[in-house]
Amino acid sequence: MRHTLSVLLQNKPGVLSRVTGLFSGRGFNIESLTVAPTIEKEVSCLTLVTSGDESIIEQITKQLHKLIDVIKVTDMSEHEYVDREMALIRVKAEASTRAEVLRVIDIFRGKVVDVSPKSYVVEVTGSQTKIKAIIDILRPIGIQEIVRTGAVAMTRAVK
Amino acid sequence: MYGFSQCAHKPLKKFVPGIEIMQITGCQALMKCLKEQNVDCIFGYPGGAIIDIYDELLRTPEITHVLVRHEQAAVHAADAYARVKGDVGVALATSGPGATNTVTGIASAYLDSIPIVVFTGQVPTSLIGNDAFQEVDIVGITRPCTKHNYLVKDVKDLVPTIREAFHIARTGRPGPVLIDLPKDVMASKLTFPEPEPVQMRTYRPTCEPHPGQIDKACKEIMKASRPVLYVGGGIIASKASGELTELARKLNIPVTMTLMGLGGFPGSDSLSMGMLGMHGTYSANMAVAHCDMLIAVGSRFDDRVTGKIAAFAPHAKIIHIDIDPSSISKNVKVHVPIVADCKKALADMNRWFDSSPDVNLKAVHAKHDPWLAQIKEWKTAHPLSYVEETDIIKPQFVVQKLHELTGGDAIICTEVGQNQMWAAQFYQFDKPNQWMTSGGLGVMGYGFPASIGAQMAAPDKVVIDIAGDGSIQMNIQELATARQYKCPVKIAILNNHYLGMVRQWQELFYDKQYSGTILDVAPDFVLLAQAYGAVGLRATKPSEVEPVIKEALATKNTVIMDFLISREEGVYPMVPAGKATTEMLLV
Repeated sequence: MRHTLSVLLQNKPGVLSRVTGLFSGRGFNIESLTVAPTIEKEVSCLTLVTSGDESIIEQITKQLHKLIDVIKVTDMSEHEYVDREMALIRVKAEASTRAEVLRVIDIFRGKVVDVSPKSYVVEVTGSQTKIKAIIDILRPIGIQEIVRTGAVAMTRAVK
Repeated sequence: MYGFSQCAHKPLKKFVPGIEIMQITGCQALMKCLKEQNVDCIFGYPGGAIIDIYDELLRTPEITHVLVRHEQAAVHAADAYARVKGDVGVALATSGPGATNTVTGIASAYLDSIPIVVFTGQVPTSLIGNDAFQEVDIVGITRPCTKHNYLVKDVKDLVPTIREAFHIARTGRPGPVLIDLPKDVMASKLTFPEPEPVQMRTYRPTCEPHPGQIDKACKEIMKASRPVLYVGGGIIASKASGELTELARKLNIPVTMTLMGLGGFPGSDSLSMGMLGMHGTYSANMAVAHCDMLIAVGSRFDDRVTGKIAAFAPHAKIIHIDIDPSSISKNVKVHVPIVADCKKALADMNRWFDSSPDVNLKAVHAKHDPWLAQIKEWKTAHPLSYVEETDIIKPQFVVQKLHELTGGDAIICTEVGQNQMWAAQFYQFDKPNQWMTSGGLGVMGYGFPASIGAQMAAPDKVVIDIAGDGSIQMNIQELATARQYKCPVKIAILNNHYLGMVRQWQELFYDKQYSGTILDVAPDFVLLAQAYGAVGLRATKPSEVEPVIKEALATKNTVIMDFLISREEGVYPMVPAGKATTEMLLV
């Protein structure tokens, strides 16, 4: 099963390699990973999407906790949460398909951030399902390049 | 003096105020920090990047520096020093090859959870990343085999980093910490900060057991009729032998130990079943396979212990006490987990059984009696044994004689392979901290440098390295170190002119194809000892074993005893890798 882990860590050199080294060394899987500073400048938040059965996720969580620079590990799957990912997609947009591409982008509430005679660069944000959906729709028209950020996630406020 | 302080904060030595305003160099600060941490002996090897540190060492008579002949040996020696002293061991190496040579020692300490701090030199900060002479990214290299590691880039971070490193090494589940010291940082000046307790936001190991879990565990134990205590190195690390022995005797529960746990419970006690696992005793493996309650304490369900996981303690409820949460339910699903210092958890359990009104200890004893009778039957049917011969020396006989002639009181170090298993099986350990072996990583070449470290820590003890003719050659150069520091360690080479353990596997599972395991060409170990100014003795038949050991023990010098043993002797019982532990090959 897929799990989104949110890991707070000390913003120090080499910390990211401690996390990635742990995953490669122990044969855990990383689907995506993003990291950036939080509101506290000495603390970074790393959002990591991984998959595995319950015992593997338990080991991943415990092993992450064991790293000296890790402050907190939250398995988002145990909470209500929102997650978002951003993608830049370079899609073929020639005279015959330009209108169709714009319609699709509009439906997914994306926007065109670069235009050339033969292509658009599209920016789209949403859950991973949504990103996958727009990619599936645009693929027959002709996707030339995709760059994705990987998911970031935050728990919902308790109502 | 024995055992590691797991959780208690060691009081730091206070320094006389008055000179704080004075600026000192990084090297001077390092020396002050070592003294503050009660370090009185370090193991190292100099080089360009740490020449300033060596210069400062000359002006620090409070710290004995042991010049090893290879950096790997420095780390193994620091490892054994830590085990004997029950405190942090320290090793020092230069940048580049000096640093890479420490990696095996660090990885061994990591897998055995031994508290050491390794200082490595580094090229000046301005050159880092330039592929400078003798530059390696040792922090990157050792990241997966240290508990934590540091590169000190600014001299103002030096002292807090060293204090943090010692704190991390000795608390929680102990382990190695490496600090990389660039040459320019060590030459820079700083104002030495006053000692203060280390406070870390991200590192607070759990030591106190949860009372609810203790209660649950004790109630489960009361329900059991065939319980087994399965204990590991955590017992030694947390100095919990006393609490363990009390619990086992109080409830009449048999005890089996892992390789790392030997000595944690008296081997001569009638409740002891000796070691379990691949080369464990018949009774221990049978007891685990048939028990209805397995109480794992400071052990980690290693593959050499469990064999085929599905067949390991299949009928048992499992209680697991460990200070490292990631050890719990890693390999085997546990019913009652207790994350805590073993010593505290066992003490709480003892208290529970003493104070609970529903507990009738006499009845508990009686309930376990049939189980102990069954274990006794297994012990009698298949005790640890070997076929004695009159003209050929059996290695097990040598180990038994070593035990007899040292009164079971020596510090025993081992290399890795058959020598290690025979030592574990036939030198009966009654006390903790007298058994030094590279259990997790299995390092050939560990034992001899370890014996030097152990002897430095306990100058009055008899220290013996039980070795094979293969593994002794992996750090044989340390004969010079032993001689230089007048360490009267005794090396017992069980010489079969083979890499015996691999040969045994080849005999059993590879049609006796002895690929790469025949050591026909070897030095004459007696002459080799003499070349270093040590003493060499040889025994070629059983009647010579005792006189040779007696002479060695009476010699105040380093001694190599070369025992020419039965060449194709095997280690038994043996559970073939991946098989159930009940599927033992017996003598």
